[in-house]
Amino acid sequence: MRRRNLLAAGAAFFAAGCSKIGKTDWFGAIVDSATSWHKFSHRAIGSLPLAPEYDRADVSPFFRGNGSQTVDTDAYRAALESGFADWTLKVSGMVDRELDLSLDMLKALPQRTQVTRHDCVEGWSAIGEWTGPQLGTILDMAGIRSDARFVLFRCADTLNGAEYYESVDMADAMHPQTIVAHALNGEALPERNGAPLRVRIERQLGYKSAKYLTGVEVVDTLEGIGGGEGGYWEDRGYQWYAGI
Amino acid sequence: MRKRHGLGTRLWHWINAVALIVLFMSGLNISNAHRYLYWGEWGFSPDQAWLAVPSFPGWMTIPDYYSLAAARDWHVVFSWVMAVALTGYFIVSLINRHLQRDMRTTLREWKPANIWQDIRSHLRLDFDHGEGKYNFLQKAAYGLVLFILLPGMIFTGMVMSPGMEAAIPWMTDLFGGRQSARSIHFIFAFALFGFFVLHIVLVLLAGPIGQLRDMITGGREDEKA
Repeated sequence: MRRRNLLAAGAAFFAAGCSKIGKTDWFGAIVDSATSWHKFSHRAIGSLPLAPEYDRADVSPFFRGNGSQTVDTDAYRAALESGFADWTLKVSGMVDRELDLSLDMLKALPQRTQVTRHDCVEGWSAIGEWTGPQLGTILDMAGIRSDARFVLFRCADTLNGAEYYESVDMADAMHPQTIVAHALNGEALPERNGAPLRVRIERQLGYKSAKYLTGVEVVDTLEGIGGGEGGYWEDRGYQWYAGI
Repeated sequence: MRKRHGLGTRLWHWINAVALIVLFMSGLNISNAHRYLYWGEWGFSPDQAWLAVPSFPGWMTIPDYYSLAAARDWHVVFSWVMAVALTGYFIVSLINRHLQRDMRTTLREWKPANIWQDIRSHLRLDFDHGEGKYNFLQKAAYGLVLFILLPGMIFTGMVMSPGMEAAIPWMTDLFGGRQSARSIHFIFAFALFGFFVLHIVLVLLAGPIGQLRDMITGGREDEKA
């Protein structure tokens, strides 16, 4: 068993060394550039590729909830009781007109229904049918300023005491499959999946598709927002470009 | 007669070795995030899984504590190292005819009698295989690694990337769905680990000093093995 011990000792030495390197600035810079190469290569292959869409028959029997599965406030409880009658989506930031859109207004916009696969960063997947207006329609209504670079998603939920938020670049915000979903599998969005509104970013991992959506904010920098990395999980070390 | 290991072969061998170790150990950390494997497009709960993977301890993983974010950083960086190095190796090995000369098997070598004899001499720990650089079992093992397992790791890895899938959706279908690709990624990773262990055992048995020296310096021309 000596050889096995040697392998274990070697592995432990390697793992510990990598933990040290992983905490350095230069390794962070390499990680960022590798992430950029991935994003570049994805977008170089197709100009506006769509994530695969499935048939209604392919929908998973259950759509698992993960992360926040409710919003632990009295205001949310009351909103849930009232069927989210007063819930609004605030559109703000670098726009010509700020908007406050009620659920009914969002449902009156042209709708997109798409059956897509949700891939969690942890490794599991589920297929669901999502319905809602395209984010692009909403942003066009508000009028985005030309120097805007990112769209920020504000959420009602908190995770481990911090506000959940997310962000994408304009290419993903204006992508035809990026929708503000209010329905899953033909029913109002369940509480565990982000009722009453969530965003769907189909070409990136699940953590990008923020739940319990309260606001869409157009910005030119992510600095000074949350931890400055562009999202709740990004502030905790996860990649901002989650198409990998 | 033995031919030297070409510079391209040696450079790739060591770059690939480091990349595979980092990818494997960071992959075990990623596996700890969701320890179930599925077939098809989706799967999210243990009762849908065909395999519940054990939880891997810190000494086996990069980094040496559970961190999906940090492990993915290592995986993302070294996936490029592995893929670019393998592509470079294939280009160089086609140009210097390493693949055609050393890796190609002949019909004669596929005869059961020859394969059996090769297995017997391996079991006798007799590694003097006369003409040519590699014997049949070596060619078969190296061929499996070079043409099936390593490209398979790259392509199944790409299928698991939602951005890449949008760009080339047919590749997901080729592997039978995203979760199937994830399962194959896992199976191939352990096949490569099995190869790694066998490879090291055989190097140790065949005289580790000489083998290591040859893979660093290239070895001497016309040297009797």
